[in-house]
Amino acid sequence: MSTVVGEMDHHDHHHHAPSGITRWLFTTNHKDIGSLYLWFSFIMFLVGGSMAMVIRAELFQPGLQLVEPHFFNQMTTVHGLIMVFGAVMPAFTGLANWMVPLMIGAPDMALPRMNNWSFWILPFAFAILLASLFMEGGGPAFGWTFYAPLSTTYSGDSTALFVFSVHIMGISSIMGAINVIVTIMNMRAPGMTYMKMPLFVWTWFITAFLLIAVMPVLAGAVTMVLTDKYFGTSFFDAAGGGDPVMFQHIFWFFGHPEVYIMILPSFGIVSAIIPAFSRKPLFGYASMVYATAAIAGLSFLVWAHHMFTTGMPVFAELFFMYCTMLISVPTGVKVFNWVATMWRGSISFETPMLFALAFVILFTIGGFSGLMLAITPVDFQYHDTYFVVAHFHYVLVSGAIFSIMAAAYYWLPKWTGHMYDENLGRWHFWCSLISVNVLFFPMHFVGLAGMPRRIPDYALQFADINQIVSIGGFAFGLSQLIFLWLVIKCVRGGEKAPAKPWEGAEGLEWTVDSPAPYHTFETPPQVK
Amino acid sequence: MRTRLITALVAGLPLAASAQSQFNLTQGVTDISNRVYDLHMTIFYICCIIGVIVFGAMFWSMFRHRKSKGRKPATFHENVKVEIAWTIVPFLILVGMAIPATSTLIAMEDVSESEVTVLVTGSQWKWHYRYFDHEVEYFSLLATPRDQITNRLDKGENYLLEVDRPLVIPTGKKVRFLITSDDVIHSWWVPAFAVKKDANPGFINEAWTRVDEPGIYRGQCAELCGKDHGYMPVVVIAKEPAEYEAWITEQETIQREAKEEEQRLLSMSMSMEELMELGERVYLGSCAACHQPNGQGIPGVFPSLVGTEMVKNDIPGHIDIVVNGKNGTAMQAFANQLSLREIAAVVTYERNAWGNDTGDIVQAADVNEYVNQ
Repeated sequence: MSTVVGEMDHHDHHHHAPSGITRWLFTTNHKDIGSLYLWFSFIMFLVGGSMAMVIRAELFQPGLQLVEPHFFNQMTTVHGLIMVFGAVMPAFTGLANWMVPLMIGAPDMALPRMNNWSFWILPFAFAILLASLFMEGGGPAFGWTFYAPLSTTYSGDSTALFVFSVHIMGISSIMGAINVIVTIMNMRAPGMTYMKMPLFVWTWFITAFLLIAVMPVLAGAVTMVLTDKYFGTSFFDAAGGGDPVMFQHIFWFFGHPEVYIMILPSFGIVSAIIPAFSRKPLFGYASMVYATAAIAGLSFLVWAHHMFTTGMPVFAELFFMYCTMLISVPTGVKVFNWVATMWRGSISFETPMLFALAFVILFTIGGFSGLMLAITPVDFQYHDTYFVVAHFHYVLVSGAIFSIMAAAYYWLPKWTGHMYDENLGRWHFWCSLISVNVLFFPMHFVGLAGMPRRIPDYALQFADINQIVSIGGFAFGLSQLIFLWLVIKCVRGGEKAPAKPWEGAEGLEWTVDSPAPYHTFETPPQVK
Repeated sequence: MRTRLITALVAGLPLAASAQSQFNLTQGVTDISNRVYDLHMTIFYICCIIGVIVFGAMFWSMFRHRKSKGRKPATFHENVKVEIAWTIVPFLILVGMAIPATSTLIAMEDVSESEVTVLVTGSQWKWHYRYFDHEVEYFSLLATPRDQITNRLDKGENYLLEVDRPLVIPTGKKVRFLITSDDVIHSWWVPAFAVKKDANPGFINEAWTRVDEPGIYRGQCAELCGKDHGYMPVVVIAKEPAEYEAWITEQETIQREAKEEEQRLLSMSMSMEELMELGERVYLGSCAACHQPNGQGIPGVFPSLVGTEMVKNDIPGHIDIVVNGKNGTAMQAFANQLSLREIAAVVTYERNAWGNDTGDIVQAADVNEYVNQ
């Protein structure tokens, strides 16, 4: 550690950032790379969101109005892929890049050049994926879960591009995860023991291990799809001795930990914001850490709850049902701890807190529907209906994305040096909150009433609710433009932010100036 | 909004509890589907109670423990007893949920002692039913007219939930479904029976039901299976056993006679007009979903039939691909789906429609050679 510090003192005397496009292309600075990730994810959020608008426009009425079913399937597929791999995951990686070094008192990420590369391959991955939509025959149309043999024998030639693009996304994620782990293990400031790390650092630490464990599994799955389609193998083809259900086992062995990859960092964010605006320390820090680890561990034992209808033996169905139900215990602990943190605090309601509170409530609603989905016999009715769509959008949109919004508001003063416009922030919050519920809550109803997911057209009894859902969808999409405007405004100017703009905030990131200088913690702080 | 959401949730309960709700799971018509429904409601209520307690505490804090009311924050940040309690209590609640769930699941998966067996085969985008104890089998296709889907006609009451030939099962008997697929994965789902089972190519899944009320029950394919996944309904008619027996015997006779008729007609020739007329009907029913009504297909996905080498010059190849399909593509073998006459007609139609104008005429006897290869 001391040698590293010594070296820093020799090199980095200039504290101003290089300028021009090369600053961004060649940067190895964790703050620049964090910003790149965050902007990229926001652009992808808008791109994926506009595909959702196409979906909701087509579903506004029964019948086919705007798009053909084949294009509709491409929209649902690419919407899912972009939101998962392009919006949520890079947003978290961006937050990790910005905040982990600041929170543990490190001058930068441990592997800055790899950091540059792990970001800069992402735009290529998504350019390839989006370009495939313009191929003859269109882009991938087999759902983001790309079940074989729909994605092998029966898919179009864009499959090769899809596979290549997923490989690049995976490489980027793995490199990002390695960087987080190495940084946290080696670059904590003196005195920052593991059990003193902020929860955001802890949750990302655990997330990074999940990423390293499962992204190679995804890479294996797409590679088998590639060879089945183009090189005559039969991994998933019964005619050649393979098994299409094996694909689902492999995919969900990646896919379920992936779900937690997209929510654990949220837990960390909310665990920073709720104490700050309750002006009271986080309740049950240690149990929060253990609960996160427990959720991560259990995530490897529940994958087949996505596959109850594939025809598994009863014993397997019971095993996966019990394990899945168990997840609600550590998740419950987290929610109880947040409520206990607020209890007898001194609460104020700035925008980050509003988003964090909405997160707790709406994520918990998603958790409830998750518990219902875990019950195998009832899951037979819920499976592949809009009930599932409602469930995972509650945990991913009003869960993960709301927490990302909360984080953005919480740290914007640190990033830009300006206070954001609180009024606009409230507008963004209330518009998003109302529209997200108009959008996703009624989906529970159509799902229960029997509407399957991934259909471009539906029976007449679903018409009224779909109309409401679509209106909520357009409203939610438009609400995000308020956020874009707010961020641009905040970057360009505004009230000067102090080093610690939030009265109750704690952590090393608030000990440096706002905006955070280009190089921070060249001399490590002493943590007591 | 958050408060209203929860009050709406709670106030909506009596509404949600009604049987054929637009907002809730169907209770269905079988013992199993009722048990599933009860389980669903029980767990829903438990979630509501937990929600009221947790969100209640949260809102209490939000209203009472505000900085704007001059609250000074407490400093406590752990309490081992409380933390153990809220780990153990949820666990016990889960055990309480798992017990009825386990017994229902075991009952659902017990396919023994069935009295009627039907083989259900999914393919893009239709279902095929074959009765095990009778020589009866047929395809079941969406019956909603194309013009309703494209909004040129008003939509009927059972829009997208109607088929040309529904599955017929007897009431009061344990009916076993063997479910498989010819191409991609489909999922056979009838909500009123609480039966949803994936149709996996190359493997056979089992499910069962015992329906007590005669009636028409509608469902849909529940697994994304390609372009027309949304147009693949399931319709089941449950009939009294006597009525069912009469129906199945009649079907057996009809199907046997149709086969004999087919053999007899082999020696007969149809005129170009007859072939074209029948061919167009068959084409629109079985081919147009992929190759499109104008024969031009979808570039890069489904090949065009207009002016191609096969359609212009290769009659044997053309008959062969319709009869036997093409491995590794969505092109199915139609030998079992269409009669010889229909295949002859559709091949003739494709060779002469949309400006192909080859003048070729294909007869049922020509097709028969390829079927019996």
